Amino acid sequence: MEYFILLSPLLGACIAGFFGNKIGDKFSELITSLFVTIAALCSLIIFYKVILDGYENNIILFKWIYSGSLNVNWSIKIDALSSVMLVVITFISSLVHIYSIGYMSHDPNKPRFMCYLSLFTFSMLALVTSDNFLQLFFGWEGVGLCSYLLIGFWFKKETANNAAIKAFLVNRVGDFGLALGIFLIFYFFGTVNFEAVFQQINQIDTVNVDFLGLNINAVDLICILLFIGAMGKSAQIFLHTWLPDAMEGPTPVSALIHAATMVTAGVFLVVRCSPIYEYSELALSIITIIGMTTAIFAASVALVQDDIKKIIAYSTCSQLGYMFFAAGVGAYNVAMFHLFTHAFFKALLFLGSGSIIHSFKDEQNINNMGGVWKNLPITYGLMIIGTLALTGFPLLSGFYSKDAIIEFAYLRGNAVGYYAAGIGIFTALLTSIYSWRLIFKTFHGSYLNKVLKKEEMHESPMIMLVPLIILAIGAVGAGYFFKDLFIGYDSSYNFWRDSIMFLEPLSEEHPPTWFIYLTPVLVMLSIPFSYLIFIKNKDFLKNLISINQPLYVFLKKKWYFDELYDLIFVRSFKFIGKFFWKKIDGSVIDRFGPDGISNFIKYLSNKAVKFQNGFLYQYAFVMLIGFSILLTILIVK
Amino acid sequence: MFEIGLGHYLTLGAIIFTIGVVGIFLNRKNIIVILMSIELILLSVNINMVSFSIFINDLSGQIFTLFILTVAAAEAAIGLAIIVVYYRNSGTIRVEEIDKLKG
Repeated sequence: MEYFILLSPLLGACIAGFFGNKIGDKFSELITSLFVTIAALCSLIIFYKVILDGYENNIILFKWIYSGSLNVNWSIKIDALSSVMLVVITFISSLVHIYSIGYMSHDPNKPRFMCYLSLFTFSMLALVTSDNFLQLFFGWEGVGLCSYLLIGFWFKKETANNAAIKAFLVNRVGDFGLALGIFLIFYFFGTVNFEAVFQQINQIDTVNVDFLGLNINAVDLICILLFIGAMGKSAQIFLHTWLPDAMEGPTPVSALIHAATMVTAGVFLVVRCSPIYEYSELALSIITIIGMTTAIFAASVALVQDDIKKIIAYSTCSQLGYMFFAAGVGAYNVAMFHLFTHAFFKALLFLGSGSIIHSFKDEQNINNMGGVWKNLPITYGLMIIGTLALTGFPLLSGFYSKDAIIEFAYLRGNAVGYYAAGIGIFTALLTSIYSWRLIFKTFHGSYLNKVLKKEEMHESPMIMLVPLIILAIGAVGAGYFFKDLFIGYDSSYNFWRDSIMFLEPLSEEHPPTWFIYLTPVLVMLSIPFSYLIFIKNKDFLKNLISINQPLYVFLKKKWYFDELYDLIFVRSFKFIGKFFWKKIDGSVIDRFGPDGISNFIKYLSNKAVKFQNGFLYQYAFVMLIGFSILLTILIVK
Repeated sequence: MFEIGLGHYLTLGAIIFTIGVVGIFLNRKNIIVILMSIELILLSVNINMVSFSIFINDLSGQIFTLFILTVAAAEAAIGLAIIVVYYRNSGTIRVEEIDKLKG
């Protein structure tokens, strides 16, 4: 069963990738979707077994690296944590596979697309089922590669290529941190297997280490380095710039990779390493601060963006921030819960926006939409469900997970916790406003598209809508049905068991009643408020913008992160690179090295060639002279 | 009476040899002249051989000369044949136009 889960996406990818041209579009779409769906069904069974029997297993597929004290197996580790990830990954992936059949129907390279999607699924599964850091790193890089390939899937578009390269490079910064973290773990523990490391962790929590001239605690350093890796993959602030650009890829990719699965790998890493993080107060505080900064930053930027996918991308960024600050305050299970529910409603929103984009014939600017809710009734309804779930409307999935995060932050009881809770509530309000702005601008108001006639708008085909409907069911129900399992009082004992470690049990108190009601009330109030400012009374918004022009531009420019990085990193590196290329490589090494030698030899041979003019008498003359010289030498001797 | 000695023979041989060598690379007209010059060089060697043979009173030098003359005849025949074939192929045997060995 476990073998099926891991290997069937790989098999699908191989078939579609190597034989896609022979077996045809239809068949490769069918076979990849079928294999991933089988994997999804198997994961559901495993998840069921984990819930009921507390099933745990660690299947060793083969020995991977056995060298000295570095012993690494290729394994499938099944526990509560990985089973949750398995369900999320394979379930969303199979729906995205099916959706892609409809969405990519006009694309000439379908087998390649399906192959990448399946390969991504395999890498992600390898990441979450590993029992050691090295296999995790393999999966980590594998998903990075597939993300690169899929962002740049339309490689004829220059922006897509640039976005793919940017995603790869920014991730490299994070991966470097992760790699350093793994090196450090191997240095201190002599092993990279999770269990062995976690058992020894309390032996080194007083060891200090010199790093970049700082003398800091080894556990703190390991945690921070691992978190830098997580920041890159999960698009946290400072390393988030690739995520909005990654929206150049096809929309199913955005839904699968840049919303539901890959970007949550960072959260998964932190939760998986909870036995280490529990010993590092410093790293947890950093995670909390980074998480909540990301949450509010991304939400504020999302308020003013015009590209429908970018709004959702920043929203993803913001929700990932929530997950991190949940992990940072020690509520790892809540982070996983939010990851779980977020996968459903964010994939729903992305695929829904894909359906809108499909209907508008590749229009992504929400200023060119509007007033089409009657033409796209199903998509409209599904988007509303997704938005309600995202904003945390009572009884939908986002409500349970997001409120739990805010409550646990509050219950943490220290300054960082209160601060995080405040930021969390404010971000929830912003989330609600930008989400409803998207809905109102897209579906309500007057029709603003000049290219297409309103009557030509039509609903997307059934093959795209069915996955959306399934996701919508998840978005509505995932919170209610799984809340006791994931974040109930005895969940850490009943469900998570050893996969998540809490040094101190989570607080079982309740925050004050007014605090519990605060977020849902704000979220509900924001709906009429958004309707008012985005539909009814647009002058109010215009006035607001004109009064706060600098702030508006600041947000519109995404806090100037891209410009700043361009100034600090891109230009200076370009300058250095150009210097080395033109001056060092071109004028010094090439000029005196290969080019110099070849020019010299060319010059010599040009001279030598003059001797060979083909005239017999000259050859004879040279022979004579040579002969006389030899003779002279002989005689003189 | 002026007596003709070994020195004179050797001088004659040297002169003929020199004429032959200079004939090879001063000649720009006809390839047959080169062939003739080679023959001259060969003959000068023969003169040397014969004169030394008489000088040291050993007949083997003269016998050797006869062999060389035979071989020279064969060589001349082959050389001429090559020239004929070359003329058929390229239509010229002017030395100045034969420069296909250029690098």
